[in-house]
Amino acid sequence: MPIKVRIPTPLRKLTNNEELVEVSAATIGEAIAELQNRYPGIQERLVDEKGEVRRFVNVYVNEEDIRFLKNQQTPLKDGDEISIIPAIAGG
Amino acid sequence: MKALKCRECGREYPLTATHVCEFDFGPLEVAYDYDGIKRSLTKAAILSRPQSMWRYRELLPVVNDPTVGLEVGFTPMIKSDRLAKKLGIREVWVKNDAVNYPTLSFKDRVVSVALSRARELGFDTVACASTGNLANSVAANAASAGLKAYVFIPSDLEPGKIVNSLIYGAHVIGIKGHYDEVNRLCAEIAGKFGWAFVNVNMLPYYAEGSKSLGYEIIEQLGWRVPQHTVVPMASGSLLTKIHKGYQELIKLGLARETECRIHGAQATGCSPISVAQKAGLDFFKPVKPDTIAKSLAIGTPADGFYALRVMKDTAGAADDVSDDKIREGMSLLAETEGIFTETAGGVTVGVAKKLIASGKIPANDSVVLCITGNGLKTIDAVNGHVGKPREIKPSLREFEAMMANEEEVAA
Repeated sequence: MPIKVRIPTPLRKLTNNEELVEVSAATIGEAIAELQNRYPGIQERLVDEKGEVRRFVNVYVNEEDIRFLKNQQTPLKDGDEISIIPAIAGG
Repeated sequence: MKALKCRECGREYPLTATHVCEFDFGPLEVAYDYDGIKRSLTKAAILSRPQSMWRYRELLPVVNDPTVGLEVGFTPMIKSDRLAKKLGIREVWVKNDAVNYPTLSFKDRVVSVALSRARELGFDTVACASTGNLANSVAANAASAGLKAYVFIPSDLEPGKIVNSLIYGAHVIGIKGHYDEVNRLCAEIAGKFGWAFVNVNMLPYYAEGSKSLGYEIIEQLGWRVPQHTVVPMASGSLLTKIHKGYQELIKLGLARETECRIHGAQATGCSPISVAQKAGLDFFKPVKPDTIAKSLAIGTPADGFYALRVMKDTAGAADDVSDDKIREGMSLLAETEGIFTETAGGVTVGVAKKLIASGKIPANDSVVLCITGNGLKTIDAVNGHVGKPREIKPSLREFEAMMANEEEVAA
């Protein structure tokens, strides 16, 4: 079940500069685990010691913030697109 | 400036156009050599310089002399006795950035820093994600500096704020979504286009500009740190930077350390930080904004954590007010002090009123209200709520009849 993941600039050193990678996963949590399998080290950049998504990391599924969905339990389906984006301020 | 430093883990980075820590995505902040600054930034030196925010240039993140926005800042600080009486408190000061130069909001401070630094780093195109005021300021300051500008805004913004960006010839892109979605898109665009996005890759420099509001408050109070400061919160950045401004002047020996509580103000229709503060939490839950205070409508406030920490550390409070109370706050400031602020200022006045009424700001104390934007940009928010002019023919008889009627009503 291919799901597209957009990799933000600060993490592209870990993905050999790949901007868009594909994973197979049923949830966001599984997608992060699969990213870790393929690109060791990426998990600790996204989640903290307690397993929570870091507070300055925003994760979106099809442009919706996963905090409005089911966080890491958010289900994924074929063709979904995940974006990982640093939180930024200012208006 | 020494380096950029991650606020979460302390890792250091060179002074380039970059804003997040590669390790934990924590925001980067400019680190300074305060010992060196202490030698040149004396009270005498400050007072000898022109009255603009740049009289504090050692504390602002540029390498050479600034080139954009030299006249920005040093806005009026108004002792507001009539407002104080209405609010039921001993003393109120209004720091009036509604008349900041050139685009009538505090955003001229951050943009002047961001664009000066962007030029130093060699950019010819600047951009921003904005709820309106920032777009106005980027558009105007870029025009005067001869830079190209792309500004991204929610497409449903107040018409005044849209026209105020278009007039300067900026490329204005309306996004069909709320600010948090504009922000997310801009983070992605910034990764692809080599522009200076003032509140993305230039954020560490940009955000420092807000400190100047804190410096000026202290200077205009006679080098005194205020007992209470009420600050509107969108991302929470301004509140943290005003606090940092106070701390820096204390550190440099320009003001004495005294108790100084920083309070945060939000609109009830977008109050993630205020709700968290009232519940005693140190984290917030993102929300989908629904308020007339569009300039504060950030549902995922990136500096929310730090704003909560500042309020906790200074024993400050937060609160929020409904759209009706926002309009009331705008009218109150206008009717008592002759200052027409935008919706965000109505939020600040409304929340100050609540905090004074509840005793969180004691009636014997003195408070500074940060008014950050101009009412002429959000006329639609109050149009229809402030009455209408009465129309008569150009006839003295009609006017006299009207006045006689008025006297009868008054009697």
